[in-house]
Amino acid sequence: MTSTPIVDVRDLRKVYDDGFEALKGVNLSIRSGEILALLGPNGAGKTTLISTLCGITSPTGGHALVGGHDIITGYRGARAMIGLVPQEVALEPFEKVINTVRFSRGLFGQSRNEALVEQVLRQLSLWDKRHNKLKELSGGMKRRVLIAKALVHEPKVLFLDEPTAGVDVELRRDMWQVVEGLRAQGVTIILTTHYIEEAEAIADRIAVINKGEILLVEDKAALMQRMAHKTLRIDLADPIHAVPDSLHDYGLELAPDGRSVTYHYDTQGGNGTGITRLIQSLAAEGLHLRDIHTQQSSLEEIFVGLVKEGAE
Amino acid sequence: MNLYAIRAIYVFEMKRFFRTLMESLLSPVISTSLYFVVFGSAIGSRIDQVEGVTYGAFIVPGLIMLSVMTQAISNASFGIYFPKFIGTVYELLSAPVNFFEIVLGYVGAAATKSLMIGVVILLTAGFFVDMDIQHPWAMLAFLVLTCLSFSLFGFIIGIWAENFQQLQIIPLLVITPLVFLGGSFYSISMLPPLWQTLTLFNPVVYLISGFRWSFFGQADVPVGLSLLAIAGFTGICLALVWLIFRTGYRIKE
Repeated sequence: MTSTPIVDVRDLRKVYDDGFEALKGVNLSIRSGEILALLGPNGAGKTTLISTLCGITSPTGGHALVGGHDIITGYRGARAMIGLVPQEVALEPFEKVINTVRFSRGLFGQSRNEALVEQVLRQLSLWDKRHNKLKELSGGMKRRVLIAKALVHEPKVLFLDEPTAGVDVELRRDMWQVVEGLRAQGVTIILTTHYIEEAEAIADRIAVINKGEILLVEDKAALMQRMAHKTLRIDLADPIHAVPDSLHDYGLELAPDGRSVTYHYDTQGGNGTGITRLIQSLAAEGLHLRDIHTQQSSLEEIFVGLVKEGAE
Repeated sequence: MNLYAIRAIYVFEMKRFFRTLMESLLSPVISTSLYFVVFGSAIGSRIDQVEGVTYGAFIVPGLIMLSVMTQAISNASFGIYFPKFIGTVYELLSAPVNFFEIVLGYVGAAATKSLMIGVVILLTAGFFVDMDIQHPWAMLAFLVLTCLSFSLFGFIIGIWAENFQQLQIIPLLVITPLVFLGGSFYSISMLPPLWQTLTLFNPVVYLISGFRWSFFGQADVPVGLSLLAIAGFTGICLALVWLIFRTGYRIKE
């Protein structure tokens, strides 16, 4: 991994004409070849950040470099490296699939390359539809076309803005295959998503953005480890009114219906999880267990926690 | 210079034209033929000659200009308005292209289309009236310059327009009256003196007059003035387009 970041965002600001501050001095370094997931609630500034880096909106302050090219003064060099898959499906309805893909390649300053156009279309299962007009395609197919258009000029940095919102399972699987292939080629990928499982499954690092500020950027594994927190839910055969005093130290939470208790523990802790002792103590109190469930804290919980903290 | 991008935009726009070739060519040809029937034959039979030219031939340059101007504006304005309307403009904005290249692609294509339409109308006119063009090169130069400048103007309208009504309103409210009152169907000398003076404030008068000079060797205003007018108009449009891209007016947030 090289030491210079492929995307370097410094104190990037964007204030819209109506005074809304969409980006409040964003700093972000993206390493070459990584997959970075940008998580944040609606209106957090994810799309504004991507649009600004791609040249669709103009920043009001700060700088950003893509591959060493300033996005304003060196926009040609910067933009030539970038592929963008926008959130909204926008395609010329009467154009043919293959023509719109060829158009994108030309627009990004590349000579014709029919072999590559074919390869990209095949990869996205669009080859059979290449002579169809875009208005004849289903929503999922249109999204595939957007991806093809973004890939056909061989970008070094790919922005995927909520690529799987409202997309069927098959396309999502195909898309992640494409992303894996690109990662193997060393393409840097920045994706925004609402599906936290996706970020969890595919990203190397995770950045959390809220209200125009980056709250955290961390390796996914470290982030998961830091919060390696699990919960154990025990369903009881007979409901109880209160947790017995002898079980006080376990910090159990009793469900309102009295039919289950929840226990929190840490898999990384030095003193063990305490599960064995808890179960023995429950048995000693004469409580019969009906079922037990364990659950790992997901990124979603971490994320919700961070956003809440930021709001307070 | 991103030549591939200019070519991509130009080819894309020309394809749009050829997809609807019949409609694109048919409507100007039919409306021109109607003008010939109504003005040339019905009215023209009662006006024998205007400045030594048969009335049927006299209206040919004005008719070509009328079609070329409206076609250039509608093609260029729609060409850039539609991507804004359906959202595909994101790709233009995120591409490594500058304003000059985008304009060259869109305006070049719109000018080519209107030039083709102008030539088709000229050929159609040949079926109705006999005429020889006295200054063919000057004729071509006026035609090309008009195609270019009005395509530029259309491009500006397309950027400015926020809905389809606005897209129509300038051609309808400004261009059509200016062309009709610009001497398409009459010589300025046929007007009462007050109107003769007022007409000189209509920029289209200079274009039609210069264009007619290239056909028949006579004009309402000096040819040099006509050239100056069209050069000035092109210059103003270019400056406006430059300003639009510099400020991102109505295309960038």
